Amino acid sequence: MMMDQYAETFREETLELLSELEVGLLELEQRPDDADAIDRVFRALHTVKGSAGMIGFEAISGFTHEVETVFELVRSGGLAVSGELVNLTLAARDMIKSIMEADFGGAAVDPQAAERITDALRALIPVADTACPAAGEQATAAAAAGDEVTYHIRFRPPANIFQRGIQPLGLLQELARLGRCRIIAETDAVPELDELDPELCYLYWDVILTTEHDEDRIRDVFIFVEDDCELKIVAINDDLLDAAGGELRLGDILIQHGDLTAEDLERVMRAQTRPMLGESLVRAGVVSGSQLDVALEVQAEVKRQQQKRQALDEASSIRVRSEKLDSLVDLVGELVTVQARLSQTAAGQDDPVLSEIAEEVERLTWDMRDHILNIRMLPIGTTFSRFQRLVRDLSRELGKEVQLVTAGAETELDKTVIERLGDPLVHLIRNAIDHGLEAPAVRAQAGKTRQGTIFLSATHSGANVILEVRDDGGGIDREAIRERARSQGLLSGDLESNDSELLNLIFSPGFSTVGEVSSVSGRGVGMDVVKRAIDSLRGSISVDSRAGEGTTFTVKLPLTLAIIDGLLVQVADEKFVLPLSAVEECIELSRADVARANRKNLIRVRGEIVPYLRLRERFGLDGALPEIEQVVVAEALGQRVGFAVDHVIGEHQTVIKALGLMYKDVTGLSGATILGDGSVALILDLPPLVREAELAERLLTDATRSQRHVVSSHS
Amino acid sequence: MEYLTFKLDGDEFAVDVLKSREIVDLRSVTKVPQSPEFMLGVINLRGSVVPVVDLRLKFGMAKAESTQATSIVVMDVLVDGETIIVGAVVDSVEEVVELDDSQIEPPPRIGTRLNTEFIKGMGKQGEQFLIILDIDRVFSSDELLMVQDAVEPLSAV
Repeated sequence: MMMDQYAETFREETLELLSELEVGLLELEQRPDDADAIDRVFRALHTVKGSAGMIGFEAISGFTHEVETVFELVRSGGLAVSGELVNLTLAARDMIKSIMEADFGGAAVDPQAAERITDALRALIPVADTACPAAGEQATAAAAAGDEVTYHIRFRPPANIFQRGIQPLGLLQELARLGRCRIIAETDAVPELDELDPELCYLYWDVILTTEHDEDRIRDVFIFVEDDCELKIVAINDDLLDAAGGELRLGDILIQHGDLTAEDLERVMRAQTRPMLGESLVRAGVVSGSQLDVALEVQAEVKRQQQKRQALDEASSIRVRSEKLDSLVDLVGELVTVQARLSQTAAGQDDPVLSEIAEEVERLTWDMRDHILNIRMLPIGTTFSRFQRLVRDLSRELGKEVQLVTAGAETELDKTVIERLGDPLVHLIRNAIDHGLEAPAVRAQAGKTRQGTIFLSATHSGANVILEVRDDGGGIDREAIRERARSQGLLSGDLESNDSELLNLIFSPGFSTVGEVSSVSGRGVGMDVVKRAIDSLRGSISVDSRAGEGTTFTVKLPLTLAIIDGLLVQVADEKFVLPLSAVEECIELSRADVARANRKNLIRVRGEIVPYLRLRERFGLDGALPEIEQVVVAEALGQRVGFAVDHVIGEHQTVIKALGLMYKDVTGLSGATILGDGSVALILDLPPLVREAELAERLLTDATRSQRHVVSSHS
Repeated sequence: MEYLTFKLDGDEFAVDVLKSREIVDLRSVTKVPQSPEFMLGVINLRGSVVPVVDLRLKFGMAKAESTQATSIVVMDVLVDGETIIVGAVVDSVEEVVELDDSQIEPPPRIGTRLNTEFIKGMGKQGEQFLIILDIDRVFSSDELLMVQDAVEPLSAV
C-alpha cells in the first residue's frame, strides 16, 4: 500500500520532469549552445534516473542512464548539440514515458525499440572523447549564476581604430568572457565597395551581456579606447521591468537605446494595423532592421531572466494533493452560502452590532474565497510547452515549416479548466497546421515567408481569460463553407447569412470543408467537438478569417468553475441564476411593447432587434404575469439573445453545485446554488437554451412550409 | 440486521438502516424542469444540493397532501457504481426494528402492488408484514434516467 503511494508520486513527478525535459530539448533545438537548456535537460534526466532507481524501476533508470551519459558529455563540452541528438533524445523521452506507463499497466514496450535508441545515441559519442575546454568554461560560468544583470552595450570604435593598432575583435572576446553574451555586428555604416577604405573600421557592435560583473568591469575592457569611441552601457534592470508592468515592450527598448524617439513610436503605433510593432517601425523607416534585431534580442534575454527567476520562486513551493484543494473549495463554498444567510438575516434585524459582524464576516469570506481559488490557479504555460512538441512533430509529418509563437504563458487559470482545455487546443493547433497554413512553396509564391507562424496567446480580461490561436495561412474558404452548408441543409439556398454567421457554421456538428480525410485532423472530430468542450467549460469560441492573411480562433473562458458571478432573477415563484459574464444589460418589457411586436418575441435594444425567450414558457411556470417584465440581454452562441423574466433581483456570488447523476440528462441548466434564505436556485446554461429554441423554431417553420406545400398541391 | 421502517399509503416499508443517513422535515423543494413527476426537485441539505423523490408517486400510489408526519429520509444509494445521496419523501417514519434472516421471506410474485424487482423480501413482525426495499434497485439508472428527452417546443411566434 505504501509502495503504491510512492509509485504514484514517482509517476506524477516523472511526468512533470519529462515535460521539463521536452521543453529543454525544444529550447536546445532553437539555441544548440544554450548552457542553461543543456543543464535543464541533464538535470531532468538525472532526476528521473535517480528516483526511478530509488523506487526500483530498474528498466527506467537503466535506460535513462544511457541517455544521461550522452548529455553528461554534452555538458562537459565533449559533444555538440545536433538536430539528430535532439531528435533521439525526444524519442528517448517518449520511450521513458512508455516504459513507465507499461509499469503502471499500460501497453508493453518493445525492448528492441529502446535498444535502437540507445545504440543510436551511443553512436553519437566521438571515439576519442576529448573535452573542449571553451564550452566547459562557458557552462560553469552560467551554472554559477549569482546576481546577474543584463546589459546592453553599444560599442562604436573610431574609424581609425585599426591604424592605432587596436583589434576590436580582442575587445569583444574579452567582453564575451565576462558572462553570457550575444554580439550583433551593425553594418549599416558600411559604404559601397568602391568607396570602401579597407583600413577604416565601419562596423559597430551591439552586445547583450548577462553577467555578474558590474558596469565598471565592463568599462575596463574598453579602457584604452574609451576616450574616443562611442560606448553606451545600459543595464536592463528590474526598475525598467516594473515600470513596464513586468513585460518589457519593444518600443521602450528602442527608445532607451536612443534608436527611436517617443514621437516616432507614437506616430507608428497610431498608424499600425497589424500587431507586429517591429515590422511596422522598420517599414516606416524610423528604425533599421538590425536595431530591431538588437531590441528583440534584449527582449528575449529579459524574458529568459524572468523565467529563471520564476523557476527559483517555484522551487519554494510544496506539493499538495489536488483532492485536498477540492475539498477546501467545497468548504469555502459552504462558507459563502452561510455568510450570505448571515448578511440577509443581519439586514432584517436592524442591529448595528450584528450588521458590523456580518460585514466583517463577509469581507473575510471574500478574501478567503479569492485566496483559495488563487491556489487552484496554474499558469497556462504548462500546456503551451506540450504544443511546441506537437507543432514540431506535425509540421514534419505534413512537410510544412511551422513555428509556434506563444505569449502570456504566465496567465493563470483554474486547474480544472487547464486540464480540460488541452484537447480542444490541440485540435485547434492541428487544424491550423493541417488546414490553415499552406505548404512552403505555396507560401513563397504568395510572397510570404516559407515558414508559417501559429500564434498562441493568453490574456486576462476581467473575470475571463481570452485565448487566441492565430495562423498566418490562407484563411478559411468561404465558398467551400457555403457549398458544404448547402449540401448539409444548414443553409437554405435563398438565405444569405452574414459573414460571421457563415464562418461560425464550421462549429456545426459533422461539418468539415476539406474533401479528403487526412490522418491529422480529419479523424471524425470536427470543430463541433471543440465547441462543445469549450461550452462545457462555460466558455465561448468564435472565429475570424481573412483570405490570404490567416485565421484567428478566439476562446473566452471563465477564470474558475467553482464560483461565478451570477445575476439572480425571478420567474413566478422560482429563482434562477444567469452567468453574469454573459449578461450585457437588462431592458424593461411592458405589455404595450409585447402588443406592438404583434406577439413576436422580439425586442428593440437601442435600434437593434433582439429575439428573446420566455423562461416562464420554457420551464412551464404558472402564476400571474407582472405588468412590466424584464428582459435580460445576454450573449450566447455568438449572438445577443434576451431572456424574459418577472424580476431581476440582482448580482449574486454563485457557488456552483452539480445537480448530480439523477438530473444528468436535463438540458439548459448547469447546476444549482443555495441562496441566502436557504432555498435552492437553478443556474441557467444559456447556449443550449438558445440552441433548443433555434431548433424548435426551425422545426416549426419547416412544418408550416410543408403544410403550405400540401395545400398548394391540392388546389 | 436493523431496518428503518416508514409508511406509504397504509403499507409499512423498511430499508437497511445502514443505507439511511438522516431524517429531515419536509422543506421547500426547487423543481427541476424536464423531469418526471416523482422527481420532486432539489433541496438544500446543510449546504449540499440533494435530489428528492416522492416514493408514493414512484410506486404509482396516489398523491397525498403533506402532514406533520411527512418526512424526508436521506439515503445513500448506489447508482452505476457511484454512491449518491437521495432524499425520499414518505408519509411517516416509524421505528428501527431488528430482523434476522429467519424472519424474512422471499417476495411474493403478486399482490404487493409493487414491481417485485424493488423488493428484497417480506419481513414478519408479529401479525404485520414489512416490505423490505432494495433501495439501490428502486433508484437504479434505468429507473431514474427516464428524464424526458423531448424538448418542449418553444412557441417563438
